[in-house]
Amino acid sequence: MKLRDVVVVDGVRTAFGRAGEKGFFWLTRADDMVVKVIRELLRRNPQVTPAMVEENAWGATSQEGDQGMTLGRTSALLAGLPPSCPGFSVDRMCAGGLTAITCAASEIALGVCDVAIAGGVEHMGHHPIGAAADPNPRFLAEKLVSGDALVMGKTAENLHDMFPEITREMADAYACHSQKKTAHAIQEGKIRKMIAPMTVYTREGWTVADRDQQPRPETTLETLKDLKTPFRVQGRVTAGNASGLNDGACGVLLMSADKARELGVKARMRLVGYAYAGVPPEIMGYGPIPATHKVFAQTGLSMEDMSFIELNEAFAVQCLVFMKEFGLEIPHDPRLNPLGGAIAFGHPLAASGPRLVTHLLHHFADSPQARYGLTTLCVGVGQGASAIWENLYAHGNPSRNDQ
Amino acid sequence: MAEPITRFYPRFYDSPQGKIALVTMDNGHDYRKPNTFSEAALMSLNEALDRILAEGDVKGMLLTGKPYSFAAGADISQFPSITTFEEGYRSAKFGHTVMQRIRDLPFPTLAAVNGVALGGGLEIALYCRYRTVAPTVAAIGFPECFLGMVPAWGGCTLGTKLLGPEKAVELIIVNALSQNRLLDGMKAFEAGLADRLFPAVEFLDESLQFLLDILAGRTTVERPALDTGRLGEVVAGARAFVDSRVHGAAPAPYRALELIEGACNWDVERGFEEENKAAADLILTRQCKASLYSFDLVNRYAKRPRGVPDAPPRPIRKVGIIGAGLMASQLAHLFIHRMGVPVVMKDVKQELLDKGCAYVAGEFRKMVERGRMSEGKARHSVSLLHGTLDARDFADCDFVLEAVFEQMEVKKQVFADAERVLRPDAILASNTSALSLTEMAADLEHPERVVGFHFFNPVAVLPLVEIVQAGKTDASSLATAFDVAGKLKKTAVLVKDSPAFLVNRLLSRMLAECLSIVDEGGEFQQVDEALLALGLPMAPFELLPLVGLPVALHVLETLNLAFGSERFPVSPNFKKLVEARKAGIYLREGGSRRVDPEVERLWVRTGNKAFHAEEIRDRVLYSLARETDLILTEKVVSSPREVDLAMILGAGWPFFMGGLTVYLDLEGIASKVLGKVFSST
Repeated sequence: MKLRDVVVVDGVRTAFGRAGEKGFFWLTRADDMVVKVIRELLRRNPQVTPAMVEENAWGATSQEGDQGMTLGRTSALLAGLPPSCPGFSVDRMCAGGLTAITCAASEIALGVCDVAIAGGVEHMGHHPIGAAADPNPRFLAEKLVSGDALVMGKTAENLHDMFPEITREMADAYACHSQKKTAHAIQEGKIRKMIAPMTVYTREGWTVADRDQQPRPETTLETLKDLKTPFRVQGRVTAGNASGLNDGACGVLLMSADKARELGVKARMRLVGYAYAGVPPEIMGYGPIPATHKVFAQTGLSMEDMSFIELNEAFAVQCLVFMKEFGLEIPHDPRLNPLGGAIAFGHPLAASGPRLVTHLLHHFADSPQARYGLTTLCVGVGQGASAIWENLYAHGNPSRNDQ
Repeated sequence: MAEPITRFYPRFYDSPQGKIALVTMDNGHDYRKPNTFSEAALMSLNEALDRILAEGDVKGMLLTGKPYSFAAGADISQFPSITTFEEGYRSAKFGHTVMQRIRDLPFPTLAAVNGVALGGGLEIALYCRYRTVAPTVAAIGFPECFLGMVPAWGGCTLGTKLLGPEKAVELIIVNALSQNRLLDGMKAFEAGLADRLFPAVEFLDESLQFLLDILAGRTTVERPALDTGRLGEVVAGARAFVDSRVHGAAPAPYRALELIEGACNWDVERGFEEENKAAADLILTRQCKASLYSFDLVNRYAKRPRGVPDAPPRPIRKVGIIGAGLMASQLAHLFIHRMGVPVVMKDVKQELLDKGCAYVAGEFRKMVERGRMSEGKARHSVSLLHGTLDARDFADCDFVLEAVFEQMEVKKQVFADAERVLRPDAILASNTSALSLTEMAADLEHPERVVGFHFFNPVAVLPLVEIVQAGKTDASSLATAFDVAGKLKKTAVLVKDSPAFLVNRLLSRMLAECLSIVDEGGEFQQVDEALLALGLPMAPFELLPLVGLPVALHVLETLNLAFGSERFPVSPNFKKLVEARKAGIYLREGGSRRVDPEVERLWVRTGNKAFHAEEIRDRVLYSLARETDLILTEKVVSSPREVDLAMILGAGWPFFMGGLTVYLDLEGIASKVLGKVFSST
């Protein structure tokens, strides 16, 4: 079977809120956030009618409560897509949203459908990580994993142990830089374009969630250096050099390149390849490295070919390990996370992958000279996820679509 | 229980068009307890407006409610504390004064009607410059006239100026007097109450965007100019409508009409002033007090029927109906529709059975035609009905209800036939309107399973069921009867097994009195008009053909037998009409009616006394007062509230009479005739 080209037409997200009662989404349902994203994607792309959407795939780590009952199907109905539109939900924790995207893209590539919406959501206020999970006792009894494996902060400390040259100071410097890049991007109005403002109900009345709650532009090395290391005595991982606990949803509009041409919508980037890989759960942050090697091997591309790398910043240490592996400039490489990352924006697990994809869309639009970009995430319980995308704005690109 | 205070929460949103005040009305409870406006709520609005003005740079305001709920209007629990004209006037004026501040804001204001908006809750939206509504909002309207009040926080004035007199009459008067009909969001938009209709899914987001678009000059709102060209015609038509509904017996709709008419010519200030006076006048009226009592009775009190035994109800999986006449067929339809259980309907003649089954099928077809049921569901529903001539088909029924001819021997026979095949714990219920259940059960092997289950005609319209406890009815059967009534969405009132129970006893006493008046020399029309002026939904002699003269006579005779001729005389003239098979008193010709000359010929008056309307009313009301007192003394029902509830739901008596006892109390009839009051309020 001949595979078809799959393109991303658009990506949009809700603001990312802080998880918990102080977050602006505390009284807002996760499925309503998904509905907001679906409708905003269609509003921004009026050539695509609701009836054209043939798949609605959503990643969510917790698949119960307001993220339950096959979110991809329920959110399609709630968003006003016709009942004929199927949908499903998937879970690959932090890469759940990226998995939804690659699943839907694979359907399109195979000719199963022409147009799909895919994304990820996580309301970590409503669904604290692992809250409803019941890990098999064999994991510990048979020492399949160490007790650290299920506490993400501890896996980050393990990475520091594994790479002693990566110090807390380096992690803090990385984090500080991420905050600065994000603050700058916000100020330049680059982030607002990706966010669909949403009215949210609070005990003090309705308000509008139109900007992220997590970024701390005032961050300095000074403020970071005295933060506690909650996961270990004399540890290195702090709230400052890790991502936060957040609520948010992000989704993208995918279609076959042919369909984009037919509808006259701008195909902005093409999926080149993707890979998932497993690593020991105790060092889950290592995951992007084998996943990225794998996708390079599959596509014949290398880090040199990548104009942009959108790396999810679950923990600063995990980013630094990745940068070291692929020879990126430390503490900051201009190709890596130009608008900052999850340390500043927050990390509503499954929503992060689609956010990386959306960031890449914007980098490509601003940089016609760029050809390829990488999106990659580490995944709890030891996985990595990587996808490579091609810029269809790029000059001299044979796949370029000049609609 | 005091209503929770609704507060107005202002929050400020830094939008691309500048600072927007988002004001949320919220009483801290979910949508099941809607926002209401007490004095404290209005104070909160006042404070919110102070804060908004203090900001100094606000560019627009959006007013909305907590999720799924806008506001349900004035906190009516505060009404009884208002006892003077001055207090009423002050309360109305305070609402006007605070809400007027919204109109005076120096920037665009938008009411985003996201849920129920009733009375004052709709009025506050009218003070905003723009309104949006979601099509899914279930209830929008002005129920004031239904409750003896007028929309007096600007509803009559601003509503008329927005919609024009014709639509204002429809909204404020016609709907309120048509069983308090309310609009959904779609209809409210079509009526012109809102400038934009946005789907519920992103209603608030789109409403906010609409306000921003207005501020940015990206959109404008066009409304038709106020058209008062047909004012005289509209007012005359409205007055005729109100007359036909309340016959002058309730002041509120007439007052509302004056305010609507006035609003076409007055400025807003004058309109508000007239509303203040109207509110102050009306809040002290008997009709307003009685309406609030009735509202509470029907909406709260009735939800927990008195006298339900503390026993688990038995499951009902299959129902039998004995008889296939009109009443039986209506019951078969009701059980299938509401309970979704198979129904076996039995009669003695195939043609009667066929007719009954065809009726049920026809009712389901009508529901499909009106879009109230899907074709497939209707087909399934009809398939649940099984017509039979054989009582053995009742064998596996859990609840068998008889609706056969009103004769004790016939009823006993059909019960005996059914009992032979039924399980010993299956319920035998009777829809009898007058006969003794105890006697009906006397010869059965299991009399403890017999209950009275008395519906009112038309079954689909009147929501009352009198549940009769016979001499040996056990707790489980009685509990099951209440459970079934609830599942049928009927309101149950427990009555003692006594002749004609409650509603029919009172209506028969009234009929007997009316017949006596005519016997003594009164005119049919005169009697009817005198009683219509009380505000009854139908005059007694108009009602007769609907009840059926033979049925009315039968009930009257039963009561006569039980209580004697002093209270329940059986007019020989009336008997003659039944023997002559007259269907009614009047002949209809076009829109008018006249007494059937044959009725006049058959009717031999024993006197030639002339009656004043007042005298007719007094006689009827005095008898009703005495009969009600006897009913309560005999403990036919547990309290005067049950009497009122039953008269409202079973006889359609108006809210503004408070059923019956409240009227008798407030008009001084009870104290005059009985030397005491029923005192339900």
